[in-house]
Amino acid sequence: MNAVDRLNVLKTYKLYVGGKFPRSESGRVYEVTDSKGKWLANAPLSSRKDARDAVVAARKAFGGWSGATAYNRGQVLYRVAEMLEGRRDQFVREVADAEGLSKSKAAAVVDATIDRWVWYAGWTDKIAQVVGGGNPVAGPFFNLSSPEPTGVVAVLAPQESSFLGLVSVLAPVIATGNTAVVVASEKSPLPALSLAEVLATSDVPGGVVNVLSGRTAEIAAPLAAHQDVNAIDLAGADEALAKELEIAAADNLKRVLRPQPVDYAETPGIGRLTAFLETKTVWHPTGSLGASGSSY
Amino acid sequence: MTMENVSSVFEYAPAPESRAIADIAPSYGLFIDGEFVEAADGKVFKTVSPSTEEVLSEIAQAGSEDVDRAVKAARRAFEKWSALPGAERAKYLFRIARIIQERSRELAVLETLDNGKPIKETRDADLPLVAAHFFYYAGWADKLDHAGYGANPRPLGVAGQVIPWNFPLLMLAWKIAPALATGNTVVLKPAETTPLSALFFADICRQAGLPKGVVNILPGYGDAGAALIAHPDVNKVAFTGSTAVGKEIARTVAGTRKKVTLELGGKGANIVFDDAPIDQAVEGIVNGIFFNQGQVCCAGSRLLVQESIQEELLESLKRRLSTLRLGDPLDKNTDIGAINSEEQLTRITSLVEQGEAEGAERWSPACELPESGYWFAPTLFTNVTQAHRIARDEIFGPVLSVLTFRTPDEAVAKANNTPYGLSAGIWTEKGSRILAVANKLRAGVVWSNTFNKFDPTSPFGGYKESGFGREGGRHGLEAYLAPSSPEGER
Repeated sequence: MNAVDRLNVLKTYKLYVGGKFPRSESGRVYEVTDSKGKWLANAPLSSRKDARDAVVAARKAFGGWSGATAYNRGQVLYRVAEMLEGRRDQFVREVADAEGLSKSKAAAVVDATIDRWVWYAGWTDKIAQVVGGGNPVAGPFFNLSSPEPTGVVAVLAPQESSFLGLVSVLAPVIATGNTAVVVASEKSPLPALSLAEVLATSDVPGGVVNVLSGRTAEIAAPLAAHQDVNAIDLAGADEALAKELEIAAADNLKRVLRPQPVDYAETPGIGRLTAFLETKTVWHPTGSLGASGSSY
Repeated sequence: MTMENVSSVFEYAPAPESRAIADIAPSYGLFIDGEFVEAADGKVFKTVSPSTEEVLSEIAQAGSEDVDRAVKAARRAFEKWSALPGAERAKYLFRIARIIQERSRELAVLETLDNGKPIKETRDADLPLVAAHFFYYAGWADKLDHAGYGANPRPLGVAGQVIPWNFPLLMLAWKIAPALATGNTVVLKPAETTPLSALFFADICRQAGLPKGVVNILPGYGDAGAALIAHPDVNKVAFTGSTAVGKEIARTVAGTRKKVTLELGGKGANIVFDDAPIDQAVEGIVNGIFFNQGQVCCAGSRLLVQESIQEELLESLKRRLSTLRLGDPLDKNTDIGAINSEEQLTRITSLVEQGEAEGAERWSPACELPESGYWFAPTLFTNVTQAHRIARDEIFGPVLSVLTFRTPDEAVAKANNTPYGLSAGIWTEKGSRILAVANKLRAGVVWSNTFNKFDPTSPFGGYKESGFGREGGRHGLEAYLAPSSPEGER
C-alpha cells in the first residue's frame, strides 16, 4: 500500500465540571500553541459563569469525598496513577509540546508526575496521625485533635510547569478530602484538560476536581471573591494578581496559599497538605468510676 | 417556696476580695525597649473600672510613631533573642510562669477591676491558664526540632500582636508565650479598655530579667493596632477580635510576606439531645453563655434543644438563672460581673432590642442592676428562628437564643448554618451520637457533655469566618515558625 499520509483525528479539548465535559458556556475558545508557535488546539476560554458552575459542582461533591474513608481516597488516587501510566505516551507528547521539551525530558517529567500521584495517594490515611493526636489536658478529659478538609479549594495551577506543577498542587488538595476547582496553566492548558479525562475514568467522583482553562486573571477573580469557596492556592498568579486575589479572598476569610518559588522536581513536604486542613479539637469527659473503681 | 424566696431569705453576706492587693499607679507609660515611656505625641487615655466607672489609671496612648519605635526595639532584640539556645529562652519563660503564679492573686484582682469579670473567674480560670500557658510553651523552646516542622525551624522575626479585652492577660499569654518560645520578639497592643494587666506583665518581664526589647507593650486604640499590623518590618501578625477587623487585617497583609493568624468571632451552637442529663446540660448551657458575661468568642450563644425536652429544659434553665448572682465583680460569690464598656453595653442592648422587634420572646430573671457601671441581666430568647439577627450575629453578651430541632441531621444543619465556625457543644448520653455529630460540625472546638474548657495543650481556633490558625498545643507553634522546607511554608 502506498504511503498515503493518514489525516489524524484531532481532539476537541473541553472543560471538566461536575464529572462532565462541557464547552465553555460562553462559547469562547482561545488558540493554544506549542513553544514554537504552532497551533495545537482551541481550548475553552472559561467565563465567570463557568467558574461559578464549577464551585457548585465542587461543593456538591464535598460531602461524599470528605466523608469517604481515607483508605478509599488513597485507592482512588492510586487508581489515577494507574490510568496515567496507561496514557504515558500521550502525556509525554503533550508535555513536550506544551513546555518545549525533548521527548526524553518530557518523559522524565511525566514519570515524576505519576510518581507524585502515588506519593500523595499514600498520604491520605497517614496525615491525620502526623498532624493530629491526643492532647494531654490538665483535667479529666479525653481531648483529640483531628485534621479535616477545609472545603472547596480554588487552585491556580502553576503557569510554567503545566503537568508536574499542576499535579503537585492538585493532588495534596484532594488527598485530604477537599474538592477543587483548578484553573489550568493559561498558556499550556492541554495537559490539565487531558488529566481531566484520566480523573473521569479513575473512580474520582464527579465534581471532586473541576478543570477550567482560559485567562487565569479572568477566572480567578470570581473564584477568589466567591462566598462558597473556602481556600485558594495562588501558585499560578503573578505578584500583582496574587495581591488582588488575596484582598478579594479576605471577604470570607479564605485560607490563602501565596505563590512561592517551588522546585516541583523535588519531593515535596507536607505544607501543601496542611495548608488546606482545619484542626478540630473535641473534648470528652472521661468520667470517674467512683470510690469503688480505680479510675485514679 | 419559690427559688426567689429562698434566695431572699438566705441572703449572702458580702465576701469581697481585697482590692488593695493590686497597687495601681495613677499613670502608666508605653513599655518599649525595657522602659516605660510617654507616647511620642504625649497623648493619654483613661482606663475605668466597668463595674463602677471609676477611673483606675491614666495610660499613655500609642500612635504610629510609637509603633515604629517599638518595632525597631523588637527588631534590635531579635538577633540576640533568636540566637539564644532554646534551653535559655525556656528558662526565661519558666521564670515568667512562676512569677505569674506568685503574683496571681494580685493579677486576678487587677484583671477583675479593669475588665469587670467576677473574681471567681479571674482567680480560677484566667490566671491559672495564663501561668499554665507560659509553663507549657517554655518547655517547647528547646524541643522545636521535634515539633514536626522540619529540623531546625526558624523564628519569623518581629510579631505584631493585637488582643481583645475579654481575657486580657490570657490572650496576652496565648500570643506571647509561643512567640517567645520559638525565638520571635513581640510588640503587643492590648485593648484600650483593658491595658492594665499587660502593663503589669511588662513589670513581670522586668522581674524575670527578660532582655530589653523582646517584649514591647503598646496600649492604645484601633489606629495603633492598624499601624502595627501594617508596619513593613513586622513579620508575623496575630490578632484576636472581631471578624470585621479580621477581614480588614487580611486585606492589609495581602501581597506581603507576613504570616497571619486570626482568632475571630463565633456563634456557637450548644446542642442538647433528648437523652442528655438535664441538670448537667443546664450547668453547661449557663457556663457556655454566661461565663464572662457571654463576652467570649466561643460562647454557646445558640441553644439548640431537641423539641421533646424543650419545656423541661427551659424550666430548669430559668430556675438556674434565677439563682445567678450579679453584682460586685470583686465579691467571691458573684457569678455575673459587669459588661466591659459602655460601647459594648450599647451593642448588646441594641441587638436585644432587635430580637424583640423581630418577634422573639425575651426573658430575664428578676435581677437588680447596680446603679453605676455597665450591666446587663442574663437574658434568654425563645421563639427564635434562624433568620433572626439574634440567631445570626455575634452578640458578645449574656444573651442566649433558643432554637429547637427534631432530628440529629436537623441539629447539625442548624448548627452549621452560620458563617462562623469556632465552637459547638453536644449533650447526649449516647457515645456514638457524640462522635457522629462532632464529626459533622464545622467548628474548631467541640465540647461534648461539657463546655468552655481550655488548656494550653489543646489547639484552639476556628473554621470559616472564625479565622485561621490554631493557638495552643504543638499546633500553636506553627504560627511562629518558618519551616526549613519551602514547601512546608504557609
